[in-house]
Amino acid sequence: EEVISAANKAEWQGITVYGEICPDKTVHPVAYELLGKARELADKVGCKVCLLLIGNHLNQNLEDFFHYGADTIFLYDHPILEDFQVERYAGIMEDYVAKQKPSVILIGGTPSGRSLAPRIAARLKTGLTADCTQLDMQPNSDLDQIRPAFGGNIMAHIRTPYHRPQFATVRYKIFSAMEPDLSRKGDLIFCALPEKLQCRSRQLEIGIKPKIKNIEDMDILVVAGRGIKKKEDLALLRRLSERLGGDLACTRPLIEAGWMDARKQIGLSGRTVKPKLLIACGISGSVQFAAGIKASEMIISINTDPDAAINQIANIAVIGDLYSVIPALLEKLG
Amino acid sequence: MKILICIKQVPGTTQVDIDEKTGVLKRSAAAAKMNPYDLFAIETALQIQEKYGAETTALTMGPAYSEAVLREAFSMGIDHGVLLTDRIFGGADCLATSYALSQAVRFLGMPDLIVCGKQTTDGDTAQVGAELAEALDLPQATNVLEIIDLSEKAIVVKSDLGNFTQTVEICLPCLITVEKDIYEPRLPSYKRKISTKDKPIQILTFADMPDQDKNHYGLNGSPTRVVRVFPPAHEKENEVIQGSPDEIAELLFQKLTRLKVI
Ligand SMILES: Cc1cc2nc3c(=O)[nH]c(=O)nc-3n(C[C@H](O)[C@H](O)[C@@H](O)COP(=O)(O)OP(=O)(O)OC[C@H]3O[C@@H](n4cnc5c(N)ncnc54)[C@H](O)[C@@H]3O)c2cc1C
Ligand SMILES: Cc1cc2nc3c(=O)[nH]c(=O)nc-3n(C[C@H](O)[C@H](O)[C@H](O)COP(=O)(O)OP(=O)(O)OC[C@H]3O[C@@H](n4cnc5c(N)ncnc54)[C@H](O)[C@@H]3O)c2cc1C
Repeated sequence: EEVISAANKAEWQGITVYGEICPDKTVHPVAYELLGKARELADKVGCKVCLLLIGNHLNQNLEDFFHYGADTIFLYDHPILEDFQVERYAGIMEDYVAKQKPSVILIGGTPSGRSLAPRIAARLKTGLTADCTQLDMQPNSDLDQIRPAFGGNIMAHIRTPYHRPQFATVRYKIFSAMEPDLSRKGDLIFCALPEKLQCRSRQLEIGIKPKIKNIEDMDILVVAGRGIKKKEDLALLRRLSERLGGDLACTRPLIEAGWMDARKQIGLSGRTVKPKLLIACGISGSVQFAAGIKASEMIISINTDPDAAINQIANIAVIGDLYSVIPALLEKLG
Repeated sequence: MKILICIKQVPGTTQVDIDEKTGVLKRSAAAAKMNPYDLFAIETALQIQEKYGAETTALTMGPAYSEAVLREAFSMGIDHGVLLTDRIFGGADCLATSYALSQAVRFLGMPDLIVCGKQTTDGDTAQVGAELAEALDLPQATNVLEIIDLSEKAIVVKSDLGNFTQTVEICLPCLITVEKDIYEPRLPSYKRKISTKDKPIQILTFADMPDQDKNHYGLNGSPTRVVRVFPPAHEKENEVIQGSPDEIAELLFQKLTRLKVI
């Protein structure tokens, strides 16, 4: 009974990007990347791109989002939306969907995005595809969604053919923002709060995790693997990362050994990174690790084993001992 | 206090084979195990049980052989096990899975707290917890890092919000999904394994579901469709460099210069 016919699809128009407001009031940068992808798809099939913002005191620097691809911005701006409460935010999104009828809603694959997206998709009894790495759109607005599963060992092509809206989450650093077009303008629409907004939770505290550089944000990463023999030797790799203006990350065994902060772990159970250059030092290249580095533009590996799996993934596979290659390189770099 | 823990059986390895002709995943009962993230959900329930007193029930939906994960839960100390199994539930996506689980919960009676794992290692979506909370109209907290307090009416938890943490108080009954490492999962006890060997498992089928509309379950109740599965492509160019450390360093130096890194 909830199934949608081809004719009904025409009632559902356009792509909406949900822009997450972080506790520090910034918009999570994944929103710019989602706008870039949404713009590309919208231009292909000829539809609009909307940005949905939910929070308090949002009315600042919004022009930027037009430059980055939005046609219309919908604002739900109210003091009770100050902190992220998933029930309340789902109620807002329900109201938005009932009024605007978007065909597609893209949500950043952040912790709060991945809490909100299933909550609202289930309420609307529609499909949600997790962590998409490729998106395309059919002329009838069916979204082609490609996502890795089984820890990146298989790719699945998923559609939501009979339901609207079609929800998808996408992680940070999968897509790219478009070059800002300063001539682009758009409409800003203030939306009233829906009458009933259930919420059975309240925020007691926001904590800030100690500031360390986000490896997701780095253009250059030197990554340490179990080829490193002891904790002190990490200093060698840290010198290389500093010399190149990047950061040091690692594989999971080094986290398990307690050698580095867990936020520096790359891979399936760690972070997905997208640097311009990644230097993998003493890393075998397990599928779980590889799942986190696929989007890197250039991968150099340094490994003594010519048969290591990382050599298949790397653009440049150095067969050598990191304990002699890296000091020699540091010397050249001065 | 009654706690329900949702657990799933997953393939023993993430190295999956795809049948080239049919594009179907080859699964087997032999190599199946408990979703590793669900061990943390079980441990969370046991910790709460020890501190505050609670009756714990593990619920799984899957083929008959997924009974094994309930037996494993018993050997960790879980009190009861429920297996939800029926051909009609086959081919379910997250919406249909969470809906079937919600119907089982309605049949069993609402617990005070539902604990789910963060995600699975097969479908890997991390969506079932929040979808189940919605289907049961319960408040939720996902990515829970720490249980701070529990009373008859509410639970206080700290959740991961990326670069921040959020501490919230949530009314009971509610659903939480827990991060890995919230507690160190205990090893199954051999003694308990033996003593619970014949412990009965409650089996629920479609016939027990309060909602008898078949279109809400399994493939029929799934809005998402897997069109195709395929192996990931390895398309990148590949260059191998060998030589003395100095020769290698020189070549790398040239590469880095060309890449405008230095
Ligand atoms: C390749 C592939 C891709 C898929 N992609 C999608 C997709 O994008 N969207 C979609 O809707 N479906 C998708 N599915 C289907 C979906 O993965 C499963 O069918 C669904 O039943 C469970 O999702 P999950 O394994 O991701 O669980 P998650 O949502 O990752 O599980 C979270 C928690 O929910 C609980 N839980 C999950 N399953 C059960 C269960 N059977 N019994 C008891 N508790 C459980 C556990 O506590 C678990 O830790 C995909 C399936 C495959 C094979
Ligand atoms: C569910 C699950 C999730 C996982 N998630 C992750 C994840 O997110 N991230 C992750 O990294 N792993 C993850 N793993 C673990 C993963 O399977 C591997 O065990 C891990 O990636 C191996 O790390 P490594 O490459 O550093 O170590 P190893 O596999 O031990 O490789 C060390 C390499 O160093 C080379 N080497 C040794 N000495 C030298 C030297 N002097 N100079 C140069 N090379 C040298 C060796 O030839 C070898 O190839 C996960 C596993 C599971 C089951």
